[in-house]
Amino acid sequence: MRVLPPLLRRKPAVAVLMCVPLFALILGLVAYPFFHALFLATLNKAETAFVGLDNFSFLFGRQTFWMVVRQSLLFALVAVVFKALIGLAAAHAINTIPTKGQRKWRGMMLIPWVIPPALSTLGWWWLFEPTYSAINWGLTKLAVPAVPWLSDTFWARFSIILVNVWVGAPFFLIMYLAALKSIPGELYEAAEMDGAGPWQKFFYITLPMIRNIIAITTLFSIIVTLANFDIVRVLTQGGPLNTTHLFATYAFRVGIESGDIPLGAAVSLFMFPMLAILAFIILRNVRRRAASLA
Amino acid sequence: MATKTTSRRIFMQSAGAAAAGALAAPYVKTATSAGRLKLGVLDHWVPGTNQALRQILTRWGEANGVDVSVDFITSLGNKPLLTAQAEARARAGHDIFMHSSAMVPLFKDRLVALDDVVEDILSTQGPIADVFRYAGHLDGSWRVSPAPTGTNCYATVARRDLFLEHAGVDLTELFPANDSRDPAKVESWDWEAFRNAAGALHAAGVPVGAPVAPIPDSTGWLTQLFAAYGAAVVDERGDVSVNSDPVREVLEYAIRLLEFLPDSVYAWDDAGNNRWIISGSGSAIFNPPSAWAVAKRDSPDVARHIWHCDSPRGPAGRFRTFNTIFWGLWDFSENQSAARDLLRYVAEPHVVAAMLDASQGYDLPMVLSHYDHTNVWADGQPPAGGLYNYAIRGDERPIVGGYPAPAEIGASITVQRVVSNLVARVTQGGDSIDAGISWAENELEGVLRG
Repeated sequence: MRVLPPLLRRKPAVAVLMCVPLFALILGLVAYPFFHALFLATLNKAETAFVGLDNFSFLFGRQTFWMVVRQSLLFALVAVVFKALIGLAAAHAINTIPTKGQRKWRGMMLIPWVIPPALSTLGWWWLFEPTYSAINWGLTKLAVPAVPWLSDTFWARFSIILVNVWVGAPFFLIMYLAALKSIPGELYEAAEMDGAGPWQKFFYITLPMIRNIIAITTLFSIIVTLANFDIVRVLTQGGPLNTTHLFATYAFRVGIESGDIPLGAAVSLFMFPMLAILAFIILRNVRRRAASLA
Repeated sequence: MATKTTSRRIFMQSAGAAAAGALAAPYVKTATSAGRLKLGVLDHWVPGTNQALRQILTRWGEANGVDVSVDFITSLGNKPLLTAQAEARARAGHDIFMHSSAMVPLFKDRLVALDDVVEDILSTQGPIADVFRYAGHLDGSWRVSPAPTGTNCYATVARRDLFLEHAGVDLTELFPANDSRDPAKVESWDWEAFRNAAGALHAAGVPVGAPVAPIPDSTGWLTQLFAAYGAAVVDERGDVSVNSDPVREVLEYAIRLLEFLPDSVYAWDDAGNNRWIISGSGSAIFNPPSAWAVAKRDSPDVARHIWHCDSPRGPAGRFRTFNTIFWGLWDFSENQSAARDLLRYVAEPHVVAAMLDASQGYDLPMVLSHYDHTNVWADGQPPAGGLYNYAIRGDERPIVGGYPAPAEIGASITVQRVVSNLVARVTQGGDSIDAGISWAENELEGVLRG
């Protein structure tokens, strides 16, 4: 057997060495793009001169931008709430199924989450197609008026939220299911002996025990939902009247399609401070709760 | 758009000078010294056209010792623009890439000046229409060269049977397939007459369809509608002019016209209007002949009634929006000599004629003399003569999106979909005309920012 060099026999050195690929990935795929976006956001449209925060102050004067801010928050809030509720209900339902039969249900429920969203959204687009919607075809057969899924502001927003919930709810399901399985059964048995009903067990045992998972899952989902791109891009392209644009799709419209990369970078960076503050608050609470339990 | 008129004397002087230059410095093919050329071109809407172009390019490559590869890029989802952005930033990709009129200003600094190529073409084949010079000649030089395929315009593509039956309008009499137009009847075909017909067709359950969504086809027909009313969101000097009486007038008209169009037009993609007429649900759209060409294959009963016509006239005249497709040469191309040779070759009349035939008349040549080498619009059928008026035959003025603003501003107006959003706000979004104009003024600050 070959003997390792002295340096590699020291555990800290090995640990650092093994972390190098990870550091390289983070530097290359996270840190560099982030700082490059910051740099771009401080340039003029032609990317030839430094303009400081002018791009941000310009954005703040745009009606469309503030509409995008409002609808991004609306989209994220509504979608995350529904994903969390549906995920929790589905996790509970699956958790009650005997272990032997759970696997196939878990697999089926995960399908929307594992299909590439651009592909599954295309399927939804066929269902919502403005003129020949499959859903509307069914509705008219039932003598129900056709719904303007993608051409009316309310229904277009409803459609993109619906698809986002469909894609994202399984993530909550799997996280909640794992959390539910980690709760000791003795707690429920003791509660039953004390005469606790299903709701009492839910509110006094289940929820407190999975609170940290709920917080972290919600935080992660808010970040991913606010950064959503593919659903809006495929379904509405931001229309009608820009009323379904999110930060990412609006940044794309302004930066890539209109050739104003610095302004697009400013749009995409706008949500960073909001998400950073949100992450700080949620993670601080999680840490405090974990410390109090310890 | 600033319009230039070239007098015959000036044209002959230019042509003479160019011809003398050509004699003094004879054109020498250099492509045989080259290795590879990669092209990113439009994935054509008309079935069979891609294959014809590939064949032409392959043959040229074989004859000149150049390994030519072609990627056909769909215009759906703005993919040419996205690909161009990626290539321009990465400084890698194709050598020759397609550019619409809205793309040329965006990438002009990454495109090699092609004055030598275009001047060769113009000197040997004659002048080019002003609208193409406006779109492709920026900052004093040609940034792009005429493409052999892809340029099209937004004709009125209408069902002659439905117009006659339900609206009492005989389109074949208004726009016959020959030179015997009745000027008085053509003069009477204005946007009000069109709206009256749209109302009758709506009542008959076969409405007219035209998109008011953030897509190029919306820009196409709305640009010619706005121009017909003399309405400009930015004028030819580059000043914001959306707060004006002509804009109010055209928006009032749009509100009245869109009463008769299906609600789905606010969510159509670029294939929406094609599907509308091919399916038999609709009576008219504004489009190139791709819808007709596909209908010939998929829905022949519809195709045999489709008649291509002039745009309706407005108080300021009659206009036709062109979707111009050029080919440009990236500055990072390592094979510029062969690329220039190929650009010259694909502008030759026999190549353009071959592509016209392959595209069943969808493509419109940029060089005026190329219209003399084909009968494709007269011969296109069924119905006999239905394609004749796709090429401009009357008093329509060709324009491009963003008209009449300067080219770079016009491109921004086009890609940011300012006009279609403005129309949608007042016709569907519940905005008053004043509120819509106020929104557009705010939006145009973004368009004009340097």
